[in-house]
Amino acid sequence: MQVATGKSVLNGIAIGKIKVYTPPKVVISEKLVDDTDAELARFEEAREKAIEQQNALYEKAVIDAGEDSAEVFSVHAMMLEDDDLIDATKEIIQTQKHNAEYAVKTAFNNQARVFAEMDDPYMKERSADIYDIEQAVLNILFGIDPESMQGNEPAILVANDLTPSETVRLDKSKLLGIITREGSLNSHTAILARSMGIPALVQCGEVASKWDGKIAILDGYNACAYIEPTEDLMISLRNKRDADTKQKALLQELKGQSNTTIDGKTIKVYANIGGPSDIGLVQQNDAGGVGLFRSEFVYLNSKDYPTEEEQFNAYRLAVESLAPKQVIIRTCDIGADKQVDYMNLTKEENPAMGCRAIRLCLTRREFFKTQLKALLRASAYGNLGIMFPMIISSRELHECKELIQECTAELEEKGYTVGKYSIGVMIETPAAVMIADELAEECDFLSIGTNDLTQYTLAIDRQNAALDPFLDTHHPAVLKEIKMTIEAGHRHGAWVGICGELGSDLTLTETFLRYGVDELSVNPVSILPLRKVIRGIDLRK
Amino acid sequence: MKEIEYTINDPNGIHARPAGVLVKALKSFNSKVTIFKGDKNVDMKKLLALMGMGIKQGDTIKVQIEGDDEEACAAELEKSLKENF
Repeated sequence: MQVATGKSVLNGIAIGKIKVYTPPKVVISEKLVDDTDAELARFEEAREKAIEQQNALYEKAVIDAGEDSAEVFSVHAMMLEDDDLIDATKEIIQTQKHNAEYAVKTAFNNQARVFAEMDDPYMKERSADIYDIEQAVLNILFGIDPESMQGNEPAILVANDLTPSETVRLDKSKLLGIITREGSLNSHTAILARSMGIPALVQCGEVASKWDGKIAILDGYNACAYIEPTEDLMISLRNKRDADTKQKALLQELKGQSNTTIDGKTIKVYANIGGPSDIGLVQQNDAGGVGLFRSEFVYLNSKDYPTEEEQFNAYRLAVESLAPKQVIIRTCDIGADKQVDYMNLTKEENPAMGCRAIRLCLTRREFFKTQLKALLRASAYGNLGIMFPMIISSRELHECKELIQECTAELEEKGYTVGKYSIGVMIETPAAVMIADELAEECDFLSIGTNDLTQYTLAIDRQNAALDPFLDTHHPAVLKEIKMTIEAGHRHGAWVGICGELGSDLTLTETFLRYGVDELSVNPVSILPLRKVIRGIDLRK
Repeated sequence: MKEIEYTINDPNGIHARPAGVLVKALKSFNSKVTIFKGDKNVDMKKLLALMGMGIKQGDTIKVQIEGDDEEACAAELEKSLKENF
């Protein structure tokens, strides 16, 4: 047995045969051609095909790994459109009469070297991007299909290094794990492996081509790989892996199933997300929609007030890519524990009870209108819900609705289309619970934010650990408020959901179902475990 | 000819992705767009050349726009710089 160590990208275990992945050795000869026009056409065709491939990889990576991890491929596509790079390649073909392969290699390597020699570490790394697109164009010119190098049976792939394009292209059904000699924990490839849930070991210096075909265990928990492991080790790690897979498989089985109890009651299980980069997680975990899209990311990731256009693009991306699923976006909830420098918020003695969320928005109306307009424009692209946080009176809800009317008129005057959308209110204070009837009468849904509701009901600061002995997260007062809200909503035809942390508390799921809850919105990873519990509940008992 | 001066605010400087989006937008105009930093200057419609300037946070750049649609092009560029850089 040989033990090899490296850096682990993901806690997980892979057991199987090793397939050593060797990129085909392409020998690029310095050939002279007579028909330079034909050679130029070959290059153009290969370049266009490479752009198409990168765009397709982008689409695949958005689903497999999420928007942030996928961005590298859209940058690749843009690099392949660069005039200097294209001209340099064409120049070599035209004036030196070289073949397309040689021209691509020379011109792209020159560009990669420019990046490699820059001081900035970020720019230095861009040379890897150039080598990646160079390989892509050369593969097309040589007619090489990189997918064929993965072998026919499931295997742990061992390579010197993998480019992001290679990683995304790999057939996941045949990919047990990845071990590379190079790479870093933050390389694009590592990030992709992590988001695809594949155990991977990078910077493993022992990688050897003689491993090909041997049985191995990749132990991501301990950042090592065992080549030809002992029997004992095999048994104990196989058990550990099987326990992992069983849990995963069980959850996979629940994908596509409905959230229905044994006696036939179905509720909606939605996802809570923090930005467009989580869209992939919503799809991977089979959420019915998004019950809480926190819009704070547009403010927190910005150094100045985000424009209507920026916000519109972010909202549209979410609404459009998840359509026809419902996406409920909560309007700005800045203030209290979420501060933004450029907004110059007044320092408050008691920010939790201060000018936050809807109070801030109704104080700074032009600021609020920018967000409302972005949301209304996004409504034309899917199934949008607009949800207002921290509402404590009907008057506030009226004002919000009036502003929506005002924004709609202003947008339509400019020629924008506003689609259909529903309106909801967050129930986060005892006051909102007490007037839930009046609120429900004037909106489409209520969503209970249990974190704030608990804090304001019990007068306990949830960030103060000294109060833990006094904090009962299942306090009967809070549960009673949830019940009252659900009943009030139903009296007026509004559906009622829970989007706070209690929504994913599996010991309360049955209680909430008995109260008649219509929707539970939880972190994407909690969706399938929650579905499992719902499907085991029988309300007749 | 129009001229814009701008100091980069973004801690990442001019990064690949936003630069790519900017270049794409500029390509839709006829005007010639030249970016200057110190004694270096390049055609701003070329992504790799633009990235090659290694523009960082705090750097002041100057851009010259010349052509029949320079007004519109300068307006678009100014907006994009403020939003993304």
